[in-house]
Amino acid sequence: MALDKNPETARSFKLVGTRPLRPDGIDKVTGRARFGADMSAPGMLVGRVLRSPHAHARIVSIDTSRAEALQGVKAIVTRADFPAEVPEAVADILDNCMAGRTAFYDGHAVAAVAASSAAVARKALKLIEVTYEILPHVTDVDAAMRPDAPVLHPGRADESVPEGTPGNVISRVQYGHGDPETGFAEADRVVERSFRTAATHQGYIEPHACLATMGADGQADLWCCTQGHYMVRGTCAAILGIEAGQLRVTASEIGGGFGGKTTVFLEPVALALARKAGRPVKMVMSREEVLRASGPTASTSIDVKIGMTKDGRITGAAAELRYQGGAYPGSPVEMGTMSAFAPYDLKNVRTVGWDVVTNRPKQAAYRAPGAPMAAFAVESVVDELARGFGLDPLDVRLKNAAREGTRSSYGPTFPAIGLEATLRAAKDHPHWSAPLGEGQGRGVACGFWFNFGGDTCVSLNVNPDGTVSLSEGNPDIGGSRASMTMMAAEELGIPYEQVRTVIADTASLGQNEVTDGSRVTFAVGLATIEAARAAKRVMCERAAMVWGIDPEAVIWEDGAAKPAGPNAGKFEPMTLADIAAIASNTGGPIAGHHEVNAEGAGVSFGTHIVDTEIDRDTGAVKILRYTVFQDAGCAVHPAYVEGQFQGGAVQGIGWALNEEYIYGEDGVLQNPGFLDYRVPVASDLPMIDTMILEIPNPGHPYGVRGVGETPIVPPLAAIANSVADAAGIRMTDLPMSPPKVLAALQAGAAGN
Amino acid sequence: MVKVRIWGSLAAFTGDRTEVEVEAGNLRELLDGLAADFPGLRPQLDRGVSVAIDGRVYNDSWFTPIEPDSEVVLLSRLKGG
Repeated sequence: MALDKNPETARSFKLVGTRPLRPDGIDKVTGRARFGADMSAPGMLVGRVLRSPHAHARIVSIDTSRAEALQGVKAIVTRADFPAEVPEAVADILDNCMAGRTAFYDGHAVAAVAASSAAVARKALKLIEVTYEILPHVTDVDAAMRPDAPVLHPGRADESVPEGTPGNVISRVQYGHGDPETGFAEADRVVERSFRTAATHQGYIEPHACLATMGADGQADLWCCTQGHYMVRGTCAAILGIEAGQLRVTASEIGGGFGGKTTVFLEPVALALARKAGRPVKMVMSREEVLRASGPTASTSIDVKIGMTKDGRITGAAAELRYQGGAYPGSPVEMGTMSAFAPYDLKNVRTVGWDVVTNRPKQAAYRAPGAPMAAFAVESVVDELARGFGLDPLDVRLKNAAREGTRSSYGPTFPAIGLEATLRAAKDHPHWSAPLGEGQGRGVACGFWFNFGGDTCVSLNVNPDGTVSLSEGNPDIGGSRASMTMMAAEELGIPYEQVRTVIADTASLGQNEVTDGSRVTFAVGLATIEAARAAKRVMCERAAMVWGIDPEAVIWEDGAAKPAGPNAGKFEPMTLADIAAIASNTGGPIAGHHEVNAEGAGVSFGTHIVDTEIDRDTGAVKILRYTVFQDAGCAVHPAYVEGQFQGGAVQGIGWALNEEYIYGEDGVLQNPGFLDYRVPVASDLPMIDTMILEIPNPGHPYGVRGVGETPIVPPLAAIANSVADAAGIRMTDLPMSPPKVLAALQAGAAGN
Repeated sequence: MVKVRIWGSLAAFTGDRTEVEVEAGNLRELLDGLAADFPGLRPQLDRGVSVAIDGRVYNDSWFTPIEPDSEVVLLSRLKGG
């Protein structure tokens, strides 16, 4: 375990905290960066997937004979081309990548073709004859929990589900302490409301893409766009029944992930096609496929009940959360249930969560999975209570804020945390006291996320010319190469430009956890610092050798080995470049490496303020001003931290106002494209202002705290609270799209 | 003995108790002890859990020490995006 009890928070950094240019910037703006679809191989085939047009159907038969006879078709795979038995951990993943006996959602893969061209592949798909027996379907979470709902997986409920519960409920979870009913009895007012949030997609710009090769000798290579190539290796090897060591996976540059690329969709299929065809196979999803058949987040239905005294003290809190995670178990309801009331110090709190399956694509992680929906519901009710008593909503949150020593709503007692600091910063900020115009409103909300660490490897090589090559195993989504370069250079005492960081393939480093959980700057940063320290120890030994003194008598300072003191002897400092130049003469190449399961990451809190204006003729909500306050522990590259804050806010704005999966009565997705699934664009947005707070994380040598996920937690509620302030309507059903807002305005009543 | 707080829905497998005691000096002994003393917890332990020890969350590190007065809380396995 990696907990470092002595963060160097008092040290003054030379590089950490500055804003150097990103090392991948030129490649990305000039088009030289290679993304998932940019790799080619000699003899490469084009892979395409045949997808179910039905929301729920038994696959009676698949006849591929006519497609196989088409000139240019080199391989066709169905579920029959995968092992009949796979490890339980990947069974649902395989079934999601290639349907077995049943197609569980519109877009579910049922067969795939590898052909000499895209045109031949498309034609071949039309020649595959699938006989379906259409089954009744359900796509809504509440409908799926009714006793008469069609059941997707009879018998899959786990031991937590009470007997007699409808069959699409897979698990139940409960958190909390005290007795909410006692708390409600002590309240001056109790508000109980129900909320619904739509499924949204992460909306990454780059579709899923990969290139697979597999030789007759069993050696396979995969190039793909992913948040975790080690995860891809392990999952694909388990699904295909091959040895992980024979499969080398290289991560391409990645055009966004946000959690959606923490699993596999095309990759095992491409490998199966390559194995069957004996040729490389490239597969690229269309946008329609991304929306229909990758992993959006859960849609939810949530009831919240909170009691408050007239001076703003929360006396009791309860929530029931129902999340549908698509056609397989595993919605993020557990995290929603744990995080819902995390910002508050509560004596009486209870949350109950239900994991439900429906005929939708299997959900994938999306930034702080499960938390934004729960925060939307809870923060809306907190706001309604505060406004009802005429209290300042920030004061109410400060009064109830979780602090060091608070027993959290999910159990553990918090160590030092930054929530109160974000609330005070928000209260002191000019945004909070700025005047509002007619028809404008201001809302505030808090958010929480756990953060974690996990398996991490870093290797640092000192090159003969005094430059440094750093290899890490986590795809760089948010600028982590720059942060790692900075931390390595800081630790070694050399310029940023002397270090180049690359993302190594799966054969070059040990196991690395996926780029998720806001873990990379924390965990990979920690391993980078330790790898640099290991290299410094070697360099001190080499200098000691040259000087003929004891290695313990040498220190590393300002990028050079120096005698530790007058007693060590009088020698001119040897710089990293000096030592690198004579490495062959002093024992050979110099490197440092560090492998760790970096557990013990610190939790994160944020507070958002947003101003809105409602168009009373159309119901459109305009975002006028937005400010994010969040604790980063230590902002290694502040521009990237700000970028995470801004990106989370913008994705939250889309979730709050426009984005939703719309299913027809037939269970088919109605809006699988960016024209009809509308993400915010620059012209929809003001500049998102940010304030970085730095309350050091004692679990990291420089005090770093993950920042990537928390910023998407508060926006949904902050915007709903702002709309309530602007127009006097409490929107409880996301997205707050113009037709819904207009209907609420016309109803002229609180609630919709 | 270490006091372990478990989440509410697991109490069905611990005789309605949300706090149990287990003989353990590290995370591995804690998980083994829970499985041995409360077999009803095994399916959940097999699916995976996270454990908060004195406010910090651990997933896998078996030999993370646990002191007799440590605050130990069993949590659903954390997943991120």
